[in-house]
Amino acid sequence: MNNQPRNNVREQDAKIRATNFNEVSLGFDEKTAMAEAERCLACVKPKCVEGCPVGVNIPKFISYIKAGDLEGAVAAIKENSNLPAVCGRVCPQESQCEARCVRAKLGGPVAIGALERFVADYGLTHAVKTPAITKCGKKAAIIGSGPSGLTCAADLAMAGFDVTVFEAFHKAGGVLVYGIPEFRLPKSLVQAEIDKLSELGVQIKLNTVVGKTIMLDELLGDYDAVFIGTGAGLPMFMNIKGESLNGVYSANEYLTRVNLMKAYQKDSATPIQVGNNVVVVGAGNVAMDAARTALRFGAQNVSLVYRRSREEMPARREEIRHAEEEGVVLQLLTNPLEILGDKAVSGIKCIRMELGEPDESGRRKPVEIQGSEFVIDCDQVIMALGTSPNPLLKRSCERLEVNKKGTIVIDEATHETSISNVYAGGDAVTGAATVILAMGAGKAAAKAILEKLNVH
Amino acid sequence: MNKLLKIRTLSENVKEYVFDAPDIARHAKPGQFIILRVDDEGERVPFTICDMDKNIGTITLLIQEVGATTKKLAAKKEGEFIHDMVGPLGNATDLDKYDNIMLIGGGIGSAVIFPQAKHMKSIGKPVDIIVGARTKSLIMYEDEFKANSKNFYIVTDDGSYVEKGFVTTKLKQLLDEGKHYDIVFAVGPMPMMKAVADLTREYGIKTVVSMNSIMVDGTGMCGGCRVTVGGKTKYACVDGPEFDGHEIDFDEAMNRARFYREQEQEHVCRLRGNN
Repeated sequence: MNNQPRNNVREQDAKIRATNFNEVSLGFDEKTAMAEAERCLACVKPKCVEGCPVGVNIPKFISYIKAGDLEGAVAAIKENSNLPAVCGRVCPQESQCEARCVRAKLGGPVAIGALERFVADYGLTHAVKTPAITKCGKKAAIIGSGPSGLTCAADLAMAGFDVTVFEAFHKAGGVLVYGIPEFRLPKSLVQAEIDKLSELGVQIKLNTVVGKTIMLDELLGDYDAVFIGTGAGLPMFMNIKGESLNGVYSANEYLTRVNLMKAYQKDSATPIQVGNNVVVVGAGNVAMDAARTALRFGAQNVSLVYRRSREEMPARREEIRHAEEEGVVLQLLTNPLEILGDKAVSGIKCIRMELGEPDESGRRKPVEIQGSEFVIDCDQVIMALGTSPNPLLKRSCERLEVNKKGTIVIDEATHETSISNVYAGGDAVTGAATVILAMGAGKAAAKAILEKLNVH
Repeated sequence: MNKLLKIRTLSENVKEYVFDAPDIARHAKPGQFIILRVDDEGERVPFTICDMDKNIGTITLLIQEVGATTKKLAAKKEGEFIHDMVGPLGNATDLDKYDNIMLIGGGIGSAVIFPQAKHMKSIGKPVDIIVGARTKSLIMYEDEFKANSKNFYIVTDDGSYVEKGFVTTKLKQLLDEGKHYDIVFAVGPMPMMKAVADLTREYGIKTVVSMNSIMVDGTGMCGGCRVTVGGKTKYACVDGPEFDGHEIDFDEAMNRARFYREQEQEHVCRLRGNN
């Protein structure tokens, strides 16, 4: 067994990358990828696979890299994952596959994510054979073209379904195009993955809002099965004073203007306010994306305000590291009280917090430290506090059961909703979560659809 | 792609556009809006639907040239296409349960009240209408309104046509003469809607206004269109666009509407090539 430590991926220098929108991680070169692949012990009972929400056969694809057969490696991943170039970049491998790697104590876990990315990028730039598909005569409608919808669409298309994806925006990809920034997930790459789906015969109908342009009941008349993957929904605010001042954005709006509407490009038709001193409220991956985007627009100071401590930050460690390296200042154990300003934002009044007894989430509850109020001067505040479910589809179809919070109720085993032959998955069911969990849900729903409709 | 079937110039800088949009016309109802992009990299801009024909699959928009997108649109000719359009978005107006209705339109806002007038006439309950504009040339849809109302009043700020005054002057006069309305539905510039709401509050008349907020997606995702209504944050796209005029924080909404004005003007200057 080789005792080599884990290989690091190449990254753009922090100072340089904080000024451009190019991808931060440059991935492995071929030589490093081969060396990293050699570190995999090819366990007979691989723990890593158990950690993957879509069950990629990790030792198998790595064995193909070792053998120098990259086309074989692409095919091995594609058996289980339809968006490997995306997953290799945005999956939280450190808490999934890599967290279970037996090499953790032997130089660090195998860099599975970086290897997946390496293989997937090869697949996108080289013609890789797509398997022949036998049509089964069934039709499926997919609502939303984000990670869960695209995954469900691909699995059903491979099984011979005629699949139509309905997307509200003018571009397919959901959160992959409007949410995750270019420097973390290049949009050309998302488009390339979507093009692969089109090659499988998947039709994508853009600018179509199900529940407005076409009703769910109409889809049920035309399709054998419907999958709802409409995503997270309405941005949340804190309900503090000043949140409607000019200069206060939801992270959703800020990132959509930048990513989908390309406000980062000179002469973009879509405007965005460029902040000099920016405060981002929240500590998830979306908060990191917003903070790092603000830096790239040339902000002098970007602070991130979070009421708990570093340990409780929900963002991936790598994202936090990247943000800090680039110059984002973390204001931890700090909670906003009020956004100050007359017509536009001039500052944010905060209070210091300390951790008290554990709350219902099991995390220690932050409590205000009396008299510790202070003001951060700023001209822009971005609220990255998560989202609440979108009521649009439910309002157009009362039969669709949702829970008290407003997320869609499903049968856990089959992903079927209260309406027969209508399935749901992803953030619309779970509330805001990750790309890969949404993909896992799309996959599980596709499997249940195949079983129910007796397609094999 | 949506084909521009017909263009009619109604006044300085205001044109009526009839678009081929069968998917949108199919479910469109009075009060709803669409979001369009003129070209591939274009901005997404919302416009209220001012007429629709479900049989031939068209929708009609009344658009004033104010920003970059509307200028690009104004340069289009009949038979040409715009890149895309999505809708119908937002909730439909429901005035059916009322018997005595006053519709008020200010400037380009008069377009928005037209489908309501037409609908109420079609169900046998024609409405009263006041349309106001700065000057005579900005009065639109005069014949259409006449044909689809019980009483139709025109006021102009400068007195250049029919009667000098504001829509509120006329409304106050009618109310003081003893006219009774169950509901007032007002659409137009925000200061006008605010003035109407302030007046009807005194008379205790329910008042609904339509908010044309800045938005990106129009389906609830961005939160850019948020308005404070009765102290609560509401989204114009999924909760509106129509709200109780007595509950809206108009001052905040007016301030938010100005957010991108400087950038917008700079962009228009670049488009015109005089920068």
